[in-house]
Amino acid sequence: MRIPSTLGRILAIMRKEFIHIRRDPRTLAIVIIMPVFQLIIFGYAVTSDIKHLPMAVLDQDHSVASRRLADAYRASSYFDVDFYAQNDRELARLIDSGQARVGLTIPPGYGDQLARGSVAEVSMIIDGSDPTIANAALSAAAAIGQAHSASVAQKVMARSGPAVAALPGVNVETRVWYNPNMISANYMVPALIGLILQTLTALLTAVAIVREREQGTLEGLIVTPIRAPELILGKIVPYVLVAFTAMLEILLVGTLWFKVPINGSVTLLLALAALFLLSSLGIGLLVSTAAHTQQEAMMLAFFTILPSVFLSGFMFPISAMPQVLQWASKAIPLTYFLVIDRGIVLKGNSMDILQPQVTALAAFGAAILTLAVARFRKRLE
Amino acid sequence: MSDKLSAQPVIEATGLVRRFKNVVAVDGLHLSIARGEIFGLIGPDGAGKTTAIRLLAAVMLPNAGEARVLGFDTRRQAERIRRSVGYMPQRFSLYGDLTVRENLDFFADVFGVRGAERKRRIDELLGFARLTEFSTRRAANLSGGMQKKLALACTLVHAPEVMFLDEPTTGVDPISRREFWDILANLHVQGVTLFVSTPYMDEAERCSRVGLMYEGQIVECDTPDALRGQVPGELLSVWTAQVPKARAIVAALPGVLEVQTYGDVLHVFVEDAAILTPAIRDALAGAGAPAIDIQKTTPRVEEAFISLIQRRRKTERELGIGN
Repeated sequence: MRIPSTLGRILAIMRKEFIHIRRDPRTLAIVIIMPVFQLIIFGYAVTSDIKHLPMAVLDQDHSVASRRLADAYRASSYFDVDFYAQNDRELARLIDSGQARVGLTIPPGYGDQLARGSVAEVSMIIDGSDPTIANAALSAAAAIGQAHSASVAQKVMARSGPAVAALPGVNVETRVWYNPNMISANYMVPALIGLILQTLTALLTAVAIVREREQGTLEGLIVTPIRAPELILGKIVPYVLVAFTAMLEILLVGTLWFKVPINGSVTLLLALAALFLLSSLGIGLLVSTAAHTQQEAMMLAFFTILPSVFLSGFMFPISAMPQVLQWASKAIPLTYFLVIDRGIVLKGNSMDILQPQVTALAAFGAAILTLAVARFRKRLE
Repeated sequence: MSDKLSAQPVIEATGLVRRFKNVVAVDGLHLSIARGEIFGLIGPDGAGKTTAIRLLAAVMLPNAGEARVLGFDTRRQAERIRRSVGYMPQRFSLYGDLTVRENLDFFADVFGVRGAERKRRIDELLGFARLTEFSTRRAANLSGGMQKKLALACTLVHAPEVMFLDEPTTGVDPISRREFWDILANLHVQGVTLFVSTPYMDEAERCSRVGLMYEGQIVECDTPDALRGQVPGELLSVWTAQVPKARAIVAALPGVLEVQTYGDVLHVFVEDAAILTPAIRDALAGAGAPAIDIQKTTPRVEEAFISLIQRRRKTERELGIGN
């Protein structure tokens, strides 16, 4: 007797929420358009892909081999060899002025060393103002150099940007294995799934509950036999479905338009996305217990989104962050989901590899939701 | 046994206290309401009426004291109370983007009213609130009076035995107000116990008992007749063209207990109407603010209420308490 009435009340809330969603075409439009809009921004604008980076070459060897190396760089679409410098000072000036972003120095004796079969060294100067581009340029330069049996001595000049000393060593294989063409979209689209899932669910849940408080409808609900968990569940489920629709939308646009290959199991991705949603919903609920107006709820929800964007590895690699921020990133559920998400889409990872992240997400979800439900009071303060 | 049931108060409060940051909204509320009453809670704004209703309806927890509704404790048995009690907050909870029927369906579902019972009950309520022809209209597009009636209907889907209504007719036109009270009277006939707060004194006249709330306490609680009987002396209505001047003159006359102003009418409480009628007429004529008419009237709850509040404030001033 108790269970069917519980279910009946949850269904009543759900039915009502669906009517709200259906009758509010503007919000619905935002929910449908926003993911595609963000996908386009992140897929095109926020790109660390390097294409036609201006390059200066200082050839001190003047051999056939040195010319062949320069041609190899020219032939790649990553670099345009626009300048030939005569000496170190000219090379430095080209990079200082920003005319060239990359400088290649081929030392004297390069050709002879290659001919003797030993490892020849060339040096590469990269404008590190934009670390992301520098990083990508370094990898590309190294890959091309290595193809020419030359080990490229990495030397990066920091200009105005942050210290580039923390640039990780080049791992050419990694790039070649998982994203051989180094297309940002392949990296960003899966990450965007995580970010949008979190933004939508946290925001929509928080606003949906706070709206009842703000409009005074919560007071009417308090005197009904509905229990707090029933109310929460009934409110959450419709927005979970909305979030999943948005996720499928991103997957479709990502694979059809941006041609992102999905190497792993889509079912696993959806299942783990559902797990991740527990944390996002918990965040939304926590926000709703703290906020009094819809505006406040939105501000608070955005406040939780910012660290997720910057600290989760969504935009910047965690390994490049100061230690304190690296610890902070461990407290953000999105961090774990991004590993899962990129792992499945890019690397075709299966459950056994992702186990630690899945465990972490489950723990986060349980903790945040418990806290949120405990804080949710079915009384007026 | 039925004797025992009816003898037991339906709503009972002893020493209820609710504090907010800087104010004590309800300060030791005592109350006992029998089955089948229409109890009216009146009092100036800020007297603590809304908080009192919220405490009794188990929506808010008291800081001290206890309240029982239908014999159940509002702290520990709130969920049990909810099954048999209806509560209509001041700003009721309708979902504007849902239609009249969808709103009723929603509350019926939440209260577990299902199937044939649900249909029968909702059709009945729509007819009862005269909303049948508007059942597919969105709640936001109803007039203020219709919204109140829909809100009432929503709180009645589970056929509660006790109804709490917090200023249900505030901001509603007089005709809708009358209609709303006719509906309440029907409920009363059906045996529902009603607890209504209102700022309108004419509504207090329709209650079986009236509680006057002032600074967090019920200072008077009686039938409207008895309340009217508490007014000191007799009441004269004095019509004049120069209200402020006339008021000052009349108030200074010996034998005048109290003066209240209603538009261009002065309500003057006097010890003896037969003596004071000519005295007032002469005094006003002499001062160049002649009375157009003077009549002896029966006091309404409104005069009784204002008189009570004025006397209470005067006592407080004299004793140097309050503020």
